[in-house]
Amino acid sequence: MTMLNERQQLSYIAAQAADARLNVELETEGMTLNIGPQHPATHGTLRIIARLDGEQVIWAEPVAGYMHRGYEKLTEVRTFPQVTTLINRIDWLGSFANEVPFILAAEQLMDIEAPPRAQYIRTIMFELSRIANVSLFLGDLGVQLGAITPVFMAFRDREYVLNLIEGATGGRFHPNFDRIGGLKDDLPKGWIDETKQVMKKLRQFCDEIEDLLFGNEIFQSRTRGVGIIPADIAKSYGMSGANLRASGVDWDLRRDQSLPMAWDKADFKVWTHPDGDSWARCWVRLQETREATKIVDQLVDSIPSGPVMAKVPRIIKVPEGEAWVSTENPLGEMGYYVVSKGDLGPFRVKIRSASFNNISITPWVLKGVYVPDIITILASLYFILGDIDR
Amino acid sequence: MPAKPKVPGLIKGLGVTMGTMFRTVKDGANTVQYPHEKETPPIRARGVIALREDNCTACMLCARSCPDWCIYIEGHKQLAPPRRAGGKPRQVNHLDRFDIDYALCMYCGICVEVCPFDALFWSPEYEYSEPRIADLLHDKTKLGEWMETVPEAPELEAGAAKK
Amino acid sequence: MSTLAFEIPYWGQSLLRVLGGIVAVLLPAGTIVYVFLFKMMSFMQSRLGPMEAGPYGSMQLLAEVGKWMQKEDLIPENADAKIYKIAPVIVLLSTFLLVVVVPFGPDAWFTNFQAGVFYALAIGSVSVIGILVAGWSSANKYSLLGGLRAAGQLIAYELPMVLAVVGVVIQAGSMNLQQIVVAQNTFEIFGWNGLGMPFVVTQFVGFLIFMIAVQAELTQAPFDMPIAESELVSGYMTEYSGFRFLIFFIGEFATAGVFAFIASVLFLGGWGIPFSWFGWETVDDVDDWMNIAGPGIMFAKMMLLVGIIMWVRFSYPRFREDQLQRFAWKVLIPISLLNIAVTAILKVAF
Repeated sequence: MTMLNERQQLSYIAAQAADARLNVELETEGMTLNIGPQHPATHGTLRIIARLDGEQVIWAEPVAGYMHRGYEKLTEVRTFPQVTTLINRIDWLGSFANEVPFILAAEQLMDIEAPPRAQYIRTIMFELSRIANVSLFLGDLGVQLGAITPVFMAFRDREYVLNLIEGATGGRFHPNFDRIGGLKDDLPKGWIDETKQVMKKLRQFCDEIEDLLFGNEIFQSRTRGVGIIPADIAKSYGMSGANLRASGVDWDLRRDQSLPMAWDKADFKVWTHPDGDSWARCWVRLQETREATKIVDQLVDSIPSGPVMAKVPRIIKVPEGEAWVSTENPLGEMGYYVVSKGDLGPFRVKIRSASFNNISITPWVLKGVYVPDIITILASLYFILGDIDR
Repeated sequence: MPAKPKVPGLIKGLGVTMGTMFRTVKDGANTVQYPHEKETPPIRARGVIALREDNCTACMLCARSCPDWCIYIEGHKQLAPPRRAGGKPRQVNHLDRFDIDYALCMYCGICVEVCPFDALFWSPEYEYSEPRIADLLHDKTKLGEWMETVPEAPELEAGAAKK
Repeated sequence: MSTLAFEIPYWGQSLLRVLGGIVAVLLPAGTIVYVFLFKMMSFMQSRLGPMEAGPYGSMQLLAEVGKWMQKEDLIPENADAKIYKIAPVIVLLSTFLLVVVVPFGPDAWFTNFQAGVFYALAIGSVSVIGILVAGWSSANKYSLLGGLRAAGQLIAYELPMVLAVVGVVIQAGSMNLQQIVVAQNTFEIFGWNGLGMPFVVTQFVGFLIFMIAVQAELTQAPFDMPIAESELVSGYMTEYSGFRFLIFFIGEFATAGVFAFIASVLFLGGWGIPFSWFGWETVDDVDDWMNIAGPGIMFAKMMLLVGIIMWVRFSYPRFREDQLQRFAWKVLIPISLLNIAVTAILKVAF
């Protein structure tokens, strides 16, 4: 692995800035290019306004909000059980992971804890939705860079994971499986054996993608040294998840905070990469997918027996109070700040979604890059539109 | 990366695609030719909601708990013949209308869960798309017909607590 | 020219050649689309591809053509309508002009230019004009970027292509494509001509450079920067719809077929089989049945080459514009110049 040292990173950034400045001074006639709201690279309706000089970007700004659905407001007029089905749809690729922090926050307010079996199954489902989410990223990355085959491989193998999620929860995309105090149901028979086989297939998929895409010299030349985000910049823009870890910050909420989940029972490595370029972000995600399959394998073997639901009143009223819970979602840190006034539903919910913060760095990182690099950088930052706009 | 005799990634990539091609030729594709062959969804799959009309008491719990209010219920009170001979006639809720608008439904399953009388069930059936959006409003006879497709609940994995 | 078993009048020959030219462009295009684009790509992605139209989906292309013909021919308001309409025709025409020099058999040629190689390489770059014009006249920023990228790329890769062919021309001692075929099939290795020698063996470097340049000329991945659907939304083709898009589409694959024909003539021995097997000395001795077998041999070689082109296309991500230019100017052109020098030295030495 070649590592870019700090000097190289700084010189790259300086060169980009100098190029951009030169073009502004020469006052060549620019062009404003709207990437989006409808554009294949934004996989959704994100709009990026880019001032171009030739093919070089001198100024760029993301415009979010084309798909705003107002979840924070919607939750105020729903009861607690109804909210889970709505917040499923924030990051629609890893939807189970969206439910968990909210449910944990509500449980914290009600001062109950899910039984250990439920915690294990929650963690397994959480990691499965991470795999479902990130494996699509690995395929989509290929499409953004012009290779068409990886995305079909990703869809092919992601299907197995979705089948697992559907087999246990009933919903492929929107499981709505989490309940305050536990889970809706236990696992069906034969699910654990199937899971182990699927995890094998997914590790194979990771190898295939590594051979097909990550090992490809063209791919490396497209991503290495493109869109470098130094650690301090990444932190100051509030980035999280794999994007932050790719900048060399060793920060993972699964390991760094104690929640009533089963991550501490599993042994896993938090991957970081010192480069902070697009390659690093993609590579960290690939390793994370591998790591997630290992977590699932370990947890599946050691699920304790017992009930999956704690004693919870039939009509859920959450006592007055405020709670903040965030977890390490597939896209980064996702948290819910829940304020309850003792009603059937929350009084106010603030949703901190990872993509919104991750995408806010684009004006900084897109300055001075070429048009094809916009696509590389956007693809490697990996956002889900629902997660930006909520 | 570990130092080993390195095959160029370009050639490895070609190998992956060619390998997949031969695998597809040999073992068949991973896709299903949909109208001719179908995949069977898992037992728990949330396909369509079936209604057992006899069990429904028009208590409105499902309609109230639905997050997007896609269940429409109307009922009236009527006298039913007594259970035992010589008893008093009972007063029961009779169901006049039970519609689910599948154009609105989010398939969350809260109504099935909340039903205290076991009148609603999930069926994994999924082929009920309609050319007209208004036809997605299933009335109680149509919802009753789905009852035939409702499977038995699956057995649970080892270690699950008995209910 | 050998006498045919039955004499075809001159007008009949002309008619045959015109029809043959159309077949030689459209038949490979259709076959390539079905075999490689529909089926090979699908199989590489573990799916079956179109299966409904005709047995095993073989009529799918006709269905697609029917679909495109029905669509409205949209012309953007600010577009330069005349040029906009002509552009796809230029692209397709260059393909027809290109196939003209390709020999398919001892007599099965369309025209037998003395400077066939020169003509082919000159006409091969006409399609750039069509693409540039299409990008410019669409009044769309993405199209413009795509058109400019295409122009830059095609000009850059024209050069290594020409230089790669020079090696072949030196070795064959002729610029006539028919003579190049003969030279390969009568090639003597230390006085023995039992197998002939396709130039791919002696000019392997040239062959590689030629194929890379062809890949770039055809704007197939990894050189599909001008089309780049994920960033430029199909580049110069963005605004086209209906049958004008169809013409671009046919043009893309027909050109792939024709360039593969030319590559198989230059490097794989063309329509010929080693002449010594049947005791032929020159092209005039060749039996008439080669006029029937020749196109078949050419077709097989074309499919092989297009198969490789498509295989690469389905596997690789694309280059960035500047990397692509750097690759042409800093890698391919020096190597091909070196190749010419070595070929020339060896030619003189032996």
